[in-house]
Order: sequence, then C-alpha cells, then structure tokens
Amino acid sequence: MEALMAVVIGIFFAVSVYLMLSKHIIRILLGVTILGNAVNLLIFTAGRIVHAVPPIIGEGNDVPNRITANPLPQALILTAIVISFSFFAFLLVLAFRAYQELGTDDTDEMRIAEPENEPVPPLGY
Amino acid sequence: MNVGAADMTLLAMALPFVAAGLAPYLVRLMGHRAAWVLALAPLSIFIHFIPYAGLVANGRHVTAGFDWVPSLDTRFEWFVDGLSLTFAFLVTGIGTLIVLYSGGYMKGHPQQGRFLSFILLFMGSMLGLVLSDDFLMLFVFWELTSVTSFLLIGFDHEREASRRAALQALVVTGAGGLGLLAGLLLIWNVTGVHSLSGLLQSNEVLRQSPYFLVALILVLCGAFTKSAQFPLHFWLPNAMEAPTPVSAYLHSATMVKAGVFLLMRLNPVFADTPAWHTILPIFGGMTLVFGALLSVRQSDLKQMLAYTTMSSLGLMVMMTGFGGEHAVAGAVLYLVAHALFKGALFMVAGIVDHEAGTREVTKLGGLLRAMPVTFAAALAAAVSMGGLPPAVGFLAKEEIYSSLWHLDPWSLTFLACAVIGNALMMAVGFVVALKPFLGKRPHALGDVHEAPFIMWVGPATLGALGIVAAIAAPFTHEIVSSPMVSAVLGRASEIDITLVPHIGPPLALSGLTIVVGIVTYLAIAPFRRAVGGVLRAIGWGPDRGFDQFVRGLVRFSHAVTDRLQPGSLEVYMTVTFVAIAAALLVPMVVFGELPSMPTWPTDVTFYELTVMAIGIIGLVAVLIAHDRLTAIVSLGVQGFAVALLFMLFGAPDLSFTQFMIEALSVVILALVMTRLRLAPSDHRPTGEKLSDAAIAIACGAGFMLYLMRVTEGSFDATLSDFFARYSKTIAHGHNIVNVIIVDFRGTDTLGEISVVMVTGLAILALIRIRATRTDVELGDNDPREQHDPREEGSHGKRTYAGVEAE
Repeated sequence: MEALMAVVIGIFFAVSVYLMLSKHIIRILLGVTILGNAVNLLIFTAGRIVHAVPPIIGEGNDVPNRITANPLPQALILTAIVISFSFFAFLLVLAFRAYQELGTDDTDEMRIAEPENEPVPPLGY
Repeated sequence: MNVGAADMTLLAMALPFVAAGLAPYLVRLMGHRAAWVLALAPLSIFIHFIPYAGLVANGRHVTAGFDWVPSLDTRFEWFVDGLSLTFAFLVTGIGTLIVLYSGGYMKGHPQQGRFLSFILLFMGSMLGLVLSDDFLMLFVFWELTSVTSFLLIGFDHEREASRRAALQALVVTGAGGLGLLAGLLLIWNVTGVHSLSGLLQSNEVLRQSPYFLVALILVLCGAFTKSAQFPLHFWLPNAMEAPTPVSAYLHSATMVKAGVFLLMRLNPVFADTPAWHTILPIFGGMTLVFGALLSVRQSDLKQMLAYTTMSSLGLMVMMTGFGGEHAVAGAVLYLVAHALFKGALFMVAGIVDHEAGTREVTKLGGLLRAMPVTFAAALAAAVSMGGLPPAVGFLAKEEIYSSLWHLDPWSLTFLACAVIGNALMMAVGFVVALKPFLGKRPHALGDVHEAPFIMWVGPATLGALGIVAAIAAPFTHEIVSSPMVSAVLGRASEIDITLVPHIGPPLALSGLTIVVGIVTYLAIAPFRRAVGGVLRAIGWGPDRGFDQFVRGLVRFSHAVTDRLQPGSLEVYMTVTFVAIAAALLVPMVVFGELPSMPTWPTDVTFYELTVMAIGIIGLVAVLIAHDRLTAIVSLGVQGFAVALLFMLFGAPDLSFTQFMIEALSVVILALVMTRLRLAPSDHRPTGEKLSDAAIAIACGAGFMLYLMRVTEGSFDATLSDFFARYSKTIAHGHNIVNVIIVDFRGTDTLGEISVVMVTGLAILALIRIRATRTDVELGDNDPREQHDPREEGSHGKRTYAGVEAE
C-alpha cells in the first residue's frame, strides 16, 4: 500500500516541480499548491497507512481499544495545511501586486531587484 | 611581585580603553582642555611601570595573568622583560605627549573627542601587543592595532585619499596579521607551547622541525607588513593622510615598530639560522636604501619623514637579522633614538603645518624668529637623526658601524647600505629641521606665531630626551638598553658605548656619512629632481599595483556574482531542483540503499485506486490546461482527491480541513487570476520543456524511491503510542489528533496561529498600499473600462521603467 502511495506522491512532486520551473508566476503558484499536497501526503505515508480507523478513543475507554491510524503525522499535517494555505494566499497577493506594479507575470521581466547588465560597482574608495 | 601588582597591571592595560570611552564626553564638557585630563591615563600607566625597571635591570622578568579561554588553552597573560618594558615606556610616554599635542592640534575640530578616543584605543591595543605573552592574545592585540590604525588614518573620512590610505593600510597589515596567526599556530603545533615566554625556553624544538622555514616565513609576513618593509612599504607613506598626531605616534614611534618588536622578541628562537640571517638583512637593507632614496625625492615635510621612517625600519630589521651582540645593540639603540627623534620631528612638521598653513618645504622659510622653541626641538631631533654627537642617535650609529665593520663582501655590502641610508636620512632630517626655519621668509606665509605650550611640549621633551639620554649614557644603558639587548639576545649582555669618541673605523665612517649628508643637503633640489625623473621613468610601483589589485578584485567579484546570480528565477529554481534530485538519488545509488521492487498490494480496494486516479487526472489536467480557469478547476480536482485519500485512510480531521482550504484556494485563485491579463498557458520551447520535465521526473522519482525505502523499514511507534496512551488519561480528550494539537503541542499551534496572523497582516498591508501611480490597468473583467491591448503593452513598459527609476 505504501509503495503504491509512493508512486502517486512521486507524480505529485514531479508535476509540482515541473510547474515551478515555469517562467510564469501563476504556474509557479499552482506548483506551490501542489507541492504542499505532495509534502503532506509524504508525511502521511511515512507514518504508515492503515484502513479506515480514525485515532479516536471510544466512549468509556482510556486508550484506543483497537489499532488506529497514526495520530502524529495527522497533527503535523493539520498544521502544515493551514500554514501552506496562508503562505499560498500571501504569494498570490504578492504576485497580484507585482503584476499591478510591473505589468507582467513573466519572471524574466521582473528585474527590479536584480537588473539586467548591472554596471560594475564604483571602483573608487 | 604580589597579587596586587598583577591586578594593577591588568588595570593599567585596561585604562586606555576606559579613557577612550570617556574622551568624547570630556571633550564635550571641557573642549580641547580635556587632553590634559586624558593625558593622565598614559602618564599613570607610565608611572606604574617605573618600578619594573629596577627588576628588569637585574635581569629578571615578570609574568602574570588570568585564564581567558581555558578550553583553548588561552590565557590573558603578560610578559614584562627588558624589551616589552622599553616598548611600554615608549607607548605610554610618547602617548602622553601625543594626547596633549592632539589637544592643541585638533583644537576646535568638531570630532576632537572621537579622535582622542581613537588615539587612546590604539594606545591600549599597542600596550597589550607589547606586553602579550600568549600567542592568541598577541594576535588579537596585533589586529586591534591594525583596526585602530585604520580608524585613525581614515579619520578624515570625507576625503577619498584618506579612505584609500586607510583601506590600504588595513588590507596590507591585516593580511600580514593573518600570516602571523598562521605562523603562531604552526609554532604552537610544532612546539606545544602557546606563550612567548615558554617559546623562548623551548630550545631546539622549533629549529629542528621541518616546518621551521614555513613558520619563519609566516611570522615574517606579519612583521614585514607591519613594519613596512620593501616591497610592502607603500601603505606607510600613504598613511600620512592621517592627522599629524597619528603620524607622529603610530607611523613613526610605535605601531610600525610592532614588526621590529616581533622580530626582536623572536630573535632568540630564530637566530643563528641561515634563513634568519639572510632574509632579514636583505629585506632590511633594500628597505633602508629605497626608503632613503625615496625620501629625498619628496618635498612635503610629512612625506619626507614617512620615507625616512621606512628607511629606519629597514635599518632596524637589517641589524636585528645581521646577528651578533653589537648589531643587536645597534638596532636597540637606534630603535629608542628613532622613537624619540622621529616622534619629535613629526610633531614639528605638524606645528609648522598648523601655524604656517603648508607642509611644502619649498614654500617655507625664515620661521626661526617666530617659532624659536619649535626650532630648538627640531634641531635637537635632527642632530639625533643625523647621528651627530651629543645625541643618542650618534651612539646608535657608532654601534651599528662597529658591528658591520668586517672585511668581507657580505658585511661590506650592508655597511655601504647603512652609510648611504644614514647620510641621506641625515640630509632629509636637516631639511625638515632647518629649511622651514632658516633663510628668507616667503611673503605668502603671512603672520606666523609660535605654537601653544600644549603643542610644543611634546617635541621639546622628546628632543631634549634624545640629548640627555646620550649624555647620561651609563644610566640609559643600565635602565633601558642593556636589559633590552639581553632580552633580544636571550642572554645577559651589557652596552657600554658613550659619547666619548673612540678613534677607529666607525668614527671614520661617521665622518664619511656626515660629508655625504652635507653634500646631499646642499644639493637637495637637483637630487630631488633626479630621483623624481628616475621614478617617473619606471612608472609602475606597488602603490599603483594595489589600485589595480583592488579594481581587479571588484571586477572579478562582479563577474562571479553575475554568473552565480543572473537575476533569473528560472535559473535559481533549476539549480535548486537539480540539487534536490541529486541529494535524493545520488546517496541512494552510491550507498546501495535503493528500495527493493515493490509487489502489487493485496489490500488495495477499487475505490482507493479510483481516488488516486482522479488525483493524477487532476494533475495532468493542470499541466495541459489551455486556459486559466481549467487549470484552476483541475487544481481543485487534485486537492479534493487528496482530501478523499485522507478520509479513506483514517484521517477525517485532515480531510475536512483539506476540503475547506482547497475550496477556498480555488475561489480566491479564480477571483484573482481572472482580474489579471495573463498569458493563458505554457510558453516554453520544446527543448526547455523536455529538460524541465527531466528535472521534474528526477525529483519525483527521488521522492518516490526515498519514501519506498523509508516505509520498507520498521516503524518506531513510541511517540504515537505515547499520545494514544495519555490523550484520555492526562488531557481528557477522545480525539487524539485534536489533543496533540491543542494540548501536547499547544505552543506549536500558537506558532501556527501567529504565522497565519502575520501573513494576514502582510496581505492586508500589500493590498492597502495604494501604488502612487494608477496607470496599470486591471484585467479583462475590470469593471471600470476596457482598453485596447496594444495601448496596454506600452503602458506596461512605461510603468516598468518608471518604477525602476524611482
């Protein structure tokens, strides 16, 4: 089961990397979103997969009375989902504002911080 | 010495730094008169060390100190013997006079407090340097003198020449300091001792080591850069950009002698080896002759003195390396004499500059009547510099000549160097001391007055000391010279030379020197032109080489930066992902950690496969989507598939969250993206697509294999079991995931909430900053108006240029 999931996760990673290698901010954003999912699934699978039993302690018990899904990766992923969403939202707004200011979403044309053919810095002292 | 004395010495070493901290406030309170108060600091240190003179004269030395970095075997330990004590007297004694002199010289300067502070910082560093026993302590103070020298040379930091000189001094002496550090560490490794006093007693260990020559050369790197030996001398004349008190103090009397100090300190360890007795005299001799020749060429008082300082340093290095009791005695006497007369002459040059407004010797003359005290001080110093009786410079020169007087080519060569150097220095010394004062006074000079007491007390004291020390020669030798020579030689030795003339070759050589010196003095103007002409014919020098080096460095680093940081996000991403793929795949292949071929799982159900397939279909749809909306919707498809997978594998909480987030993402993305005019899909050429795809597949395969390998191994469930066991009993919750988030890992969640909040604020800020220009239109469903796309293109360009220009 884990091996099968590993193949699926590999495809997630491949697609997200391919999108992030694009020049266009929007495609990079799509890639970032998918990367978040890929990483979450990676953590989830690394904590082993069991079928269908959520980690919940039944009424009247002090410990789960049967084997449950691993709760630890779930807790980690829950945090990760929220953080990656806020990160995504921030990137989206940043891209939007960058487009408003620069009129392009092509990263090759966004060169204010690192202009092309920057002259040699002053040679004096 | 009892414990109290050790504490007092530590206090004395710290005092200059304390005074440096107070200097700006005192100057703000009292103006230039603060110098009188601040001069008490070096003076009290001077007084503190006087009792040591008796001890040292009896052939003893004092070490004491405290643990500093015990784990590195480093102690804060000082070592007071004849050599370090003489230096301590020079540093604090001349330091006292310099602080006073600075009070007058910089009077009214808006940054006088800062200046005095730097001077005192330097004083503390130099004092620490000469007293250091521990190698690392020595290095730290050594570099501190470089740094404070940088601050002082660049004091007038609004002039480019100052900045250049400061940087040059720092680069040259700092680089040499690194060489010294390497040398000291090497010696530490070879001999196992990490203190100078220990090294002096370590006998033959270092000499018999195969690393002897390497250690020697590294140490010489430090000494030669600091003491401005040819061809690394060029920073010293440029350092004359500093205010004159700095030149008088650092670049004649003290700091530049640190190199000579180091050589003298290590003389017992390195002497009697061919390398030591070859390298030192050759470099010293070259420096002596070149420095003297270059000094003749100058017409600026400070420049003339600077080149003679270089020349004198060469003489000291040469004599230290020449070997033998008399040679060392000559070097020691010359060192003391030089500190006195050169400090005095620099201060005189500063006074002339300060009062007459120029340092050009050709524009000066006839100041004798206006400045009699300054003239007297200058004359006394010049007599010493010229090696004439009755000054201590005469004793030094006699000692030097008598030690070099051997009838073999090697000795005679250096004897010739010494005669030429001394003669030229004598001429230059008298040019500095006589020309501004004698002759006809140029009209351009205007009204000139004698300097105030606070300024002439320094040169007058030093000039007088040079004479008194020679007249009271037996006392001088007992207190200063003999202990110092003993320390340099590493065995007890006595100096007995006095002013009483002793007929012999040295006296004859002195006569020759004086004749050549007088001829040069009289013919200084044509001489100057001749040397200048030769130098112009050569053209290139190490000074220009430094400029070329710095420019080359800037150009080189610019080229490297351009290559490594081309400004293209695509390149950065490509490099990153190639590195990730390599980091994942290479170790697995190299160490044979690839997972075994998996078998088809038996427990997988049809609907699980379906959900996975839906996710993959969503991904592929994102890739091949021809317009944005399709891509966004497909993104939602893969997200929901992930949510379903969570649901199927026992994670309902994740599933719910994922559903909500995914829905929200799609909505926001759709809202934002449709407002922008964007190219609909991928524009990469096919070749680029293929290489990007290869990188992407490598990354994907890497993660896949890595995960397979991880899940093949056994699973350590300790932590998960802990949470399962205690969720109910300790935290009273049934849902273990929730308990982990809000109880066991509550602070993590707090952090998470903070991140979300900060991002929210950042987003708010980004949205609310209204651009000052509003001429970039929003996209196709902008409610305000429609635009012609061609016009939009030109708008975009103009905005880009506009923003860049802002």
